[in-house]
Amino acid sequence: MDPFDYAAPSSLDEAIRLLAEADGAARPLAGGTDLIPQLSEGRRRARLVVDVKNIPELRQLRFHPAEGLTIGAAVTCAELAESPVVRQLYPAVADACSLIGSVLIQHRASLGGNLANAAPSADGVPPLIVHRAAVRIAGPDGVREMPVEDVCVGPGMTALAPGELIVAFRISPPPEATSSCYVRFTPRQEMDIAVAGAAAAVTVDPSTGLCRTAVIALSAVAPTPVRAPEAEAYLAGKPLTDPHLEAAARLAVRSAQPISDVRASADYRRHLVTVVTRRALLGARNRLAADGRHGTSPGAAGPKEGLSGVAEGGR
Amino acid sequence: MSRKVAVEAVINGAPQAFVCEPRQTLLEVLREGLGLTGTKEGCGNGNCGACCVLLDGRPVPSCLVLAVEAAGRDILTVEGLAEGELHPLQQAFLEHGALQCGICTPGFLIAAKALLDKNPQPAEQEARAWLAGNLCRCTGYDKIIRAVLDAAGRLRSVDPNPKEEAHPA
Repeated sequence: MDPFDYAAPSSLDEAIRLLAEADGAARPLAGGTDLIPQLSEGRRRARLVVDVKNIPELRQLRFHPAEGLTIGAAVTCAELAESPVVRQLYPAVADACSLIGSVLIQHRASLGGNLANAAPSADGVPPLIVHRAAVRIAGPDGVREMPVEDVCVGPGMTALAPGELIVAFRISPPPEATSSCYVRFTPRQEMDIAVAGAAAAVTVDPSTGLCRTAVIALSAVAPTPVRAPEAEAYLAGKPLTDPHLEAAARLAVRSAQPISDVRASADYRRHLVTVVTRRALLGARNRLAADGRHGTSPGAAGPKEGLSGVAEGGR
Repeated sequence: MSRKVAVEAVINGAPQAFVCEPRQTLLEVLREGLGLTGTKEGCGNGNCGACCVLLDGRPVPSCLVLAVEAAGRDILTVEGLAEGELHPLQQAFLEHGALQCGICTPGFLIAAKALLDKNPQPAEQEARAWLAGNLCRCTGYDKIIRAVLDAAGRLRSVDPNPKEEAHPA
């Protein structure tokens, strides 16, 4: 690794000042699971590494019944996967956090880092999108918020300006009778990168059982994580029966623009979009069913039919 | 040229001070600076788990931790596992023949300790899932898993009411 200096500021203001003064030559460090290999392999350079894990705003994890969930950008995936609130109310987030890398990686990696790295295959991003998370970004010109959905603009590229830092994610309390699920396909279970992934969040009308809204986001099948609006629109107002979920999964393919690479051909990825989308929808629906009618504790049940979040093809 | 940094940490229960460059990984400083060569370097990029240590009780790949990040933290390496006699995990690995070349063993032992600290009675599938990020290229995994589950039983019989580590949410 080329030499760099290191700072571990304990306040957000100090971190922003350090990042600004370095004029593009500084990199924030959370878990380092992307940054450290990038630095050691020469894929990124840094004159200064700013460790953000001592900044309280980036380490907060709190839930308020009216305001919802706040996830500091540097909170580890392991902490999120263990959190009862995340597991119960935002289960797709817990799914992704228990899939990323390996157990060892999950004890370092963060959602802030996952988003900032902006890999098309990032497992952490589609679950945030389907829960309509906003991200708080601090920079030399102050603090701003934007939807997570708008952050990734291309492979490895984000809408963050130079010197800006992801501080935290904010997710509103889920509507009543809502659940979610994230599923990906990988040839092996650990330390692999999604060939295709899908997150789904569904909200049903508790009196009729019909779908009020469905939000679907796909990973690894486009230059950025993408929504699947045609599939979402199809499900609105319908019962979440297997045939409707299947039909929606087929519509989701229209939102994919996959490439062929070492992991899979574009055609195979399109096929996988239907598979993972159907499984994510099934997982969310089955969690709702396991929970009864109130949508308050779907996390414990998890997806049925052996859908552990790892595609069954990996067994 | 970056400045060298003085770091104080608790390593295997004892306060330690060392000087390192910010670019040095914890793995590098453990092995080359402190002579704690029990922790192994496999892939060097977080894929194999051979360099697993506990950082404040959490299992992490030390090749993806900067040594400067260890300031004020508590680190456990394989050298700190045995207390007078072999740790039950080490004893079980020996008895089950859960190693051949041994390069992956320290990482497995530390990762397994983290599992048993969190969950004293893991199901076989839980143990397999937890350790799936640790690679072994010699023995296959069955003996390792048998050793971990056996050690879990031995640890429970030593302390019939083990406390689960608290992870506040």
